[in-house]
This record gives sequence, structure tokens and C-alpha cells, in this order.
Amino acid sequence: MAKFDENARPFSEKWLDERLGVVTLKKVLSTEYWIPKDINFLWAMGMVLAATFGLLLISGIFLLMYYKPDSALAFDSVNYTIMTEVGYGWLWRHIHGVGASVVFLIIYIHMFTGIYYGSYKKGREMIWISGMLLFVVFSAEAFSGYMLPWGQMSYWAGMVITNLFSGGSLEAYGLVEWIRGDYVPGDAFLTRFFMLHVLLLPLVIIGLIVLHFGTLRLPHVNNQKGEEIDFEEAAELYKAGKKKESKVIPFNPVFLSKDVFVMGVYFILFFYLVFYHFDFAMDPVNFDPADGLKTPPHIYPEWYFLWSYEILRPFPKDPGLIAFAIAQVIFFLLPFLDRSPNVAPASKRGLFNVWFWLMLADVLVLTVMGKLPPEGVWNQIGLVSALLFFALWVALPFITKAEKKL
Amino acid sequence: MKELKILGVVAAFTLLLYWGVEPFAHGQMHKHVEGHGFVYDGTADIEGATSAEKKEAKKAFWGEVNEIAKLEGNAAAGEAGFAMCMGCHMDGAAAMGGVVPPSLDHAGALYDKKYLIALIKDPAMAMNTDHKFADTMMHPMGPVMTMFMDNQSIADVVAYLKEKKAAEPTTKEAFTEACGRCHAMRYAKMTQLGDTPEFKYEKDALAHQIKVLEAQDGVKGYMGKLPPDLSIIIRARSAHFLETFVENPQTQLAGTSMPRVGLNKEGYEKVEAYLTEIGDPSKPKREELGPYVLLFFVVFSFLAFLWKKYQWRDLH
Repeated sequence: MAKFDENARPFSEKWLDERLGVVTLKKVLSTEYWIPKDINFLWAMGMVLAATFGLLLISGIFLLMYYKPDSALAFDSVNYTIMTEVGYGWLWRHIHGVGASVVFLIIYIHMFTGIYYGSYKKGREMIWISGMLLFVVFSAEAFSGYMLPWGQMSYWAGMVITNLFSGGSLEAYGLVEWIRGDYVPGDAFLTRFFMLHVLLLPLVIIGLIVLHFGTLRLPHVNNQKGEEIDFEEAAELYKAGKKKESKVIPFNPVFLSKDVFVMGVYFILFFYLVFYHFDFAMDPVNFDPADGLKTPPHIYPEWYFLWSYEILRPFPKDPGLIAFAIAQVIFFLLPFLDRSPNVAPASKRGLFNVWFWLMLADVLVLTVMGKLPPEGVWNQIGLVSALLFFALWVALPFITKAEKKL
Repeated sequence: MKELKILGVVAAFTLLLYWGVEPFAHGQMHKHVEGHGFVYDGTADIEGATSAEKKEAKKAFWGEVNEIAKLEGNAAAGEAGFAMCMGCHMDGAAAMGGVVPPSLDHAGALYDKKYLIALIKDPAMAMNTDHKFADTMMHPMGPVMTMFMDNQSIADVVAYLKEKKAAEPTTKEAFTEACGRCHAMRYAKMTQLGDTPEFKYEKDALAHQIKVLEAQDGVKGYMGKLPPDLSIIIRARSAHFLETFVENPQTQLAGTSMPRVGLNKEGYEKVEAYLTEIGDPSKPKREELGPYVLLFFVVFSFLAFLWKKYQWRDLH
């Protein structure tokens, strides 16, 4: 039985510490959670993501109060009730719509930062894997949310994506019907995606965010040079007041002060988009109500899915599906396909530097091609980029194996 | 500074990505249609004609329209001609061939002069929907061709419209007269029969609904399908698309049965304003609130920068 000070005032720090261990908790999670000093603003993307997720959650809760998950009512509940009748409903909707798109931009920046600085290696594998899990669940969250306004793009994207589960020549239409709860997307389809979007997937995301934070605690955050830091020694230096000599800073308040500044700048951009430039995130096509008898001339996913969509498209049916499936999971394997012992920025890693920029450019080209109509030269560029994507992954173990130890 | 260089790289890739998936991709997806400033002289119709024979017919037709436009119209003489119009274009008019003839109360203000001339000369040709009719006399408004046989009488009645029916309409009147007989606007509680009244008894509400359904069947019969509700069309299509589509529906949707309604620039602006009022009502609120929110985050970032400076003051 632990000791309790009878004289401690209720809810005073001591009183709380004896019951909850808040002093230790505060140290472990904030004031003595050590972060390397040698970092740039890209290290703030994690907090930017957390803040964006917070905005999505809050705006989502407000939208949920008026949204009606019914294929006959959904469209007007979003476009009329929320946009016209609910005070500031339009603001929450625009925040939610823009947030859903921008969160992926930050995720991609966050991911490519990790790849560039080798932050997935030597004890940091679980950071990468939990992050990739978050990416996948965020994708499912985005897709399920896109169904909810029940516009033309909701309906047809739902049709196309669920069709993928027929598995090409496997013709598993039973599985597709099981997923849809109907032969075509309809009410059963909408209500189950509603459940996924507002309950199951957010729960999983919150759990994964906790895990992702947890995976950082032992291996610590990487730094700009990939330098291995003795965190305990550096922390002692810092605590002894030798802040200049120490290579670390505490999460709170020093690292946080930089995070908050970066967040502020990010929010200027974010709210500029919310108020003045939201069409990129709220496709006009989706302002036409779902109509199963009228296929839109161009069906394309939101921009953040385009690169993998383009890996599916240029191939024949079955190889396309296999390529698509591989593309979804291949990034998970990065820590194991990179065989180099070096944790360093790509610019110091010879061929890997070429690999990194080629990969970035390739994903960019795939993204643009994924949106263009599949005609003429776009087809060839798409095919070459898709092949290059796989060639790069095949080459990765070889070029990293041959890399000189720094 | 190194951080700015990194920011530059991130920004460059982001902008490239944005350009690729938005302006560039959309430019490739949708053919570009040149607007013609709501001037109707048949140029676009002649260019868009589907056969040499049609081309000749359109050339001849618009040539004559341009000739009539040069005539001096006499509004007083036109009044008698206008009485003939009122035979169909009256309050509580009955549907002609599926569509209720529109009110002409603001016709002089809403519609282009040459268009009105063309419309009286040959409605199907003016509307650029002659492809739907083997003989343009079969157009529901075809009989007008037998009412105004000589060019001077056409010029007179148009002069009358431009003089006496040119009161400035409200945005809602503009929409109702130009679009509202075929297109419903459910977010404004408007159907093809106009505003939906409040009913005390459900029985009366249902009876009205039946009337609406019947009217819609009429429009459907004439158009081939029920024209879409326009409640949020302003967000579903780009401003440029709507503008060029209204000017000449055939250019954006070849073969469509949607008639050109002949709005002039001011008339279109009224209609567009109404579509915005109903379909994008938050626009003024966005524009009002936006600067304050941005200002807040500018101040926030500045304060955060000072805090960061303070926290990092003796780290290097």
C-alpha cells in the first residue's frame, strides 16, 4: 500500500501525484521528454498533423449533429441544412472538407521527411510501421467520409472502389455485394460507411496515434544529421544549465514553442484555403446528387489516392490489381528493404539520394497522370511511371546494400 | 537560411502537385469553350452547324435577323402585335407542348434585342434547338411565325418590349422568367409552378404536389428528361461553364434539348446572383469572416515566433 499524505490538499499537485503519478507523467511526456536540438520545421509536421486531426474531429462532431445518414436525405442535409440553415454550418463543413485534403498533404510531407532523413531505421522501425498504419486507416477514413454527402462522386467512387474487391478474374462479386450490402451502392452502403467514418475508424485512428507517439519515446526523434545522441548524457548537460553544449531540448516548452509557431503559419495557409480556395478539396462534381443512371464523364479519386490509382490503371485487369495491392503495402517494408546501416540525410547517401528524388518525382508524376483522362501520351507516361515505381523498389535493397558506411 | 531553403523545396513540390491535379488536369479534361459576351448574332450557331445544309440555313436566318435589327422599330405599333403574344404569355397560362409560356414582364430588360428578333422570326432557330424538329413550325412557339409575317412588325414588337417591358427585375424574377418553367429550385421551395404556397391542410399540399408532378411530366415529355434542379448548380459547375452554357447550350452539351434563352449580360448577372443567393448563401459570410480569422492567425504566429525566440534564446 502506497503512502498517502493525510494533510495534502485535495487536487493539489502532491495529492494528485500520490494518486496518479502526475509529476512523473509530466516529466516522461513533456518536460523531460528530450528532443534533439538539430532539427528544422519539418519536425513540427507531427504536431501539425495532430492539430489538423483535432480540427477534423471537432468540425466532424458539429457536422454529425445535423447530418442524416439516409440515401434520400444525406445530400440535402449536407448541402441545404448544414450549408444554409445551421449557423456557421458552412464553416465547419469547409474546415472538414479542406482539412481532409490538407491532412494528406502533411502526411506525405511527414512521410517523405522520414524517408529523406532515414528516420525508419535502427530502432525506429516501429515508428515507421505505426505511421504507415495510420496512413492506411486515414485513407479508409477519407474514403468513407467521401461517401457521406451522397453526391455523384461519392456514389461513383464508391462503385469503382468496392468493385476492386471482385478481384479481377476471381469475379468475387459475392464479396462486393457483401461489402455494399446491396447490388449497387445504396442505403445499406451509406449507413455502414457512416458507421465506419464516425465511430470505428476514428477509434482506431486515436489508438494508433497513441501507439505512434509511444513508438517515439524509446528510440527518440531523429535529427537533421542522423547523429546518434546519448540522450541521457545530453539531458544531464541540459539540466545542469549547459544548454549550449547539450544536443537536446525538452519537448515542453522548448520544442513546443517551435511547433506552435509552425502551426500558426500553417493555419494561415489552412484558413486561407477554407475561406477562399476550397474547390480543390470539395469537388464540384459532388454537388450533383448521386444518380445511378448517370455516370460522370470523368471519375477520379481525390488527389491523395491518385498515385496508387495510376498504378492500377495502365496495366491489364489482373496484373493491375496485383500492382495496386503491392503499392498499398510496399512502403511498410521500407525499413527492411533499406539495407544500409547509415542513418543520414539522403544527400549524404550517394545513390540513395538519386533514389529518393526519383521516387518523389515519380509519385508526383503518377499523381498527375492519375487524374488525366487515360488517353494518348498520358497512358504511356503513366505506364512508364508505374514501372519505374516498381523498378525503384526492386533496386532499393541492392543500392543500399552497396552503400558505403559513413 | 537553411530552413527557408527547405521550405522552398517543399513549397515548390506542393505547388507543382497542385498545378498538375487542378488547373492542368482540368484543362485537359474539359474542352475550352469561348464565351461571346452574351451577344447573339449567330456566329457560334453557324460554326457549330452539323451539316453544310444547316450551315446555309443558319447563315440565311441570322443574316435576316441582322437586317431586322437595323430597322427602326415603332413601339406604339408594336403594342398591337404584343397583344397577340399575350394570348399565350399571360398570367396562369396553360402549358404549350409541355412548357408553360413565360411571363414577359421583364423581357425587354432580360433578353438581348437580336435574340428577341430571332425568337419571333423562328423560335427553334433562335434557341438553337432546330435539330429537335423536322420542321421548325413544330416548335411549341412555332405559331408565332404566322403572326408576324413581315420584318417591320417584328422590329415593332421588339421595340415595344425594349421600351415598355424593360423594368428592372429582381434576381428572383429573372430566374423565374428565364429558367423557372423547366428547372425547379428546391432549396428556395420553387417548382416548375413557381413558389410553393403554405398549405393549412395536408390534402391541399398533396393536391399541389400532384399538380407539380403533372407539370414536370409535361416538361419531361418536351425535353426528354426532367431538367435538373438548380438549387446548388452554382457550386456544381464553374462560373465559366455556366456562362457559356447559358449563352449557347449546344457548345457545352452537343445535341441537348435545352434551349438558348437569350439572356443579355445584365440578365445573366441577375440569374447568376440568384443562383448564388440560393446555392452558395455563405459567400458573403465567408468574405466577411475570412480576413478576421487570417488576421488572428497572423497575430498568433507573430506571438508564437516571439515565444520561440524566447525559449531558444540561449540554446546556440
